[in-house]
Amino acid sequence: MSTTNPAVDTTEIAQPTEPFSATAWRLHPRVALRPEPFGALAYHYDNRRLNFLRSPDLVALVKSLQDHPNPAAAFDAAGLEAHRWPAFEQALRALAASDFLQPMDAAHR
Amino acid sequence: MATLVLGSESAIPSCLMEPTTTLDNEQATELVDQAEDFVEEELLVEEISIDGMCGVY
Amino acid sequence: MTALTEQLKGGLDAPICLTWEITYACNLACVHCLSSSGRRDPRELDTAEAKAVIDQLREMQVFYVNIGGGEPMIRPDFFELVDYATSSGVGVKFSTNGSRITPERAIDLAAMDYLDIQISIDGADATTNDRVRGQGSFQTAIDAMDALRDANFGPFKISVVITRDNITQLDEFQALADQYGAELRLTRLRPSGRGVDSWHELHPLPEQQIDLYHWLLAHPNTLTGDSFFHLNALGDENLPGLNLCGAGRVVCLIDPVGDVYACPFVLHDDFLAGNVRDAGGFARVWQASDLFTELREPQSAGACASCGQFDACQGGCMAAKFFTGMPLDGPDPECVSGHGELALAGVGIEARPESTSNHSKPVTVTLGSTRR
Repeated sequence: MSTTNPAVDTTEIAQPTEPFSATAWRLHPRVALRPEPFGALAYHYDNRRLNFLRSPDLVALVKSLQDHPNPAAAFDAAGLEAHRWPAFEQALRALAASDFLQPMDAAHR
Repeated sequence: MATLVLGSESAIPSCLMEPTTTLDNEQATELVDQAEDFVEEELLVEEISIDGMCGVY
Repeated sequence: MTALTEQLKGGLDAPICLTWEITYACNLACVHCLSSSGRRDPRELDTAEAKAVIDQLREMQVFYVNIGGGEPMIRPDFFELVDYATSSGVGVKFSTNGSRITPERAIDLAAMDYLDIQISIDGADATTNDRVRGQGSFQTAIDAMDALRDANFGPFKISVVITRDNITQLDEFQALADQYGAELRLTRLRPSGRGVDSWHELHPLPEQQIDLYHWLLAHPNTLTGDSFFHLNALGDENLPGLNLCGAGRVVCLIDPVGDVYACPFVLHDDFLAGNVRDAGGFARVWQASDLFTELREPQSAGACASCGQFDACQGGCMAAKFFTGMPLDGPDPECVSGHGELALAGVGIEARPESTSNHSKPVTVTLGSTRR
């Protein structure tokens, strides 16, 4: 069965239903992360979306999310400089919106 | 004519929600000082269609 | 150009996706076939060799492979190979003319995971389509689409090569895709394979390219395989995609006998990087071949350096230049600023390379001319 190759259309990006900042997130189990010099390629096998993660720090952070109760705790544990938090949060929100991240307590979809 | 979708070069803008982290004055100053870093980090996540590369049919 | 695209021009340790033609055999004889397909090559990779390629793709973490041919479903081990790939974590899209998608086969396909299907047509009606793909081919494709729909396969792709004749049918193509809940894909005609003979009659006219550019901007959900980035020079807005030539950098082609080319549009010895049967297999060819190493070096803008549009169009398509006999470091034959036309007019027919891989059957579909 084919799954939809979703439209690359900003108006249709799903909003996460959980309060982002209060959630423990993890990389979706159907997402493959392939290290690259610039960071990583991330491919979602179910929705066929492809994301470039353009910072090795972001890649490490994404992998660490599941060990923390919320994104801020993960930023803190990683020693992420304060001025970088907004950009990293924006990045995580984008990944969550395209289903690359899921809440830790989500049933496997 | 239908609405044109705008986007930077090859990137689809990442989800533009309000960050919930607040910055104090010191952090804001640091932010300006780190302008170059910040510009680069605006595009931390870029989405490209798996069909969006030339050389496959 | 973003810093990311600059990095991609330097190549990656593994392709992101690639095209794999698994057979040169085909039941059709499309006039513009980029791989000059028709007759099976006796040196075709066997099932074990094909699986070894898939094993390497998995190890390299290739996410996705575009399988084609010829007509890939003609291979007796087609389902076995597709299943082996998807079970190994390599997603598959295969391109087909639809002739082997019976209702029963459609049910089998609908049960398979991580699989996309692309049906090829080149006209929104039988008259336009069959002129290039052969009599009956349009109906065959429609029958396949019906079968997929009836089997609840889900969204498939309809892929069209844009020509002078079908470029007026863009809305009809969209309607056809909407009718089936399919995704529309429009791609560029290159003068490759058998296309070298008919390109001059089939490629879109300059004014048609302008219409196409605006249509694509108005329909951002239409897939293009990033094949129209040369049109970006027409305006301030870039079409979606990486907007760069991926050949040997993020994509490549594996052909039915295991030859690895920079992309499907340059099946020619000059763009042959190696063979999967060589020591080290596909991985070694991708990572260390002379050709790919060369393609990953910074490319000179050459004659295009003084043109303000170079950033947007990147000098166009390597294959389009090569097979029209034009220098690679100069304008694309379809340069939207007209720089290609002038250069093209100066190229004699004898300067045009011919494909060094020709598997055409003796009798081919022609565009009504007496030429072979």
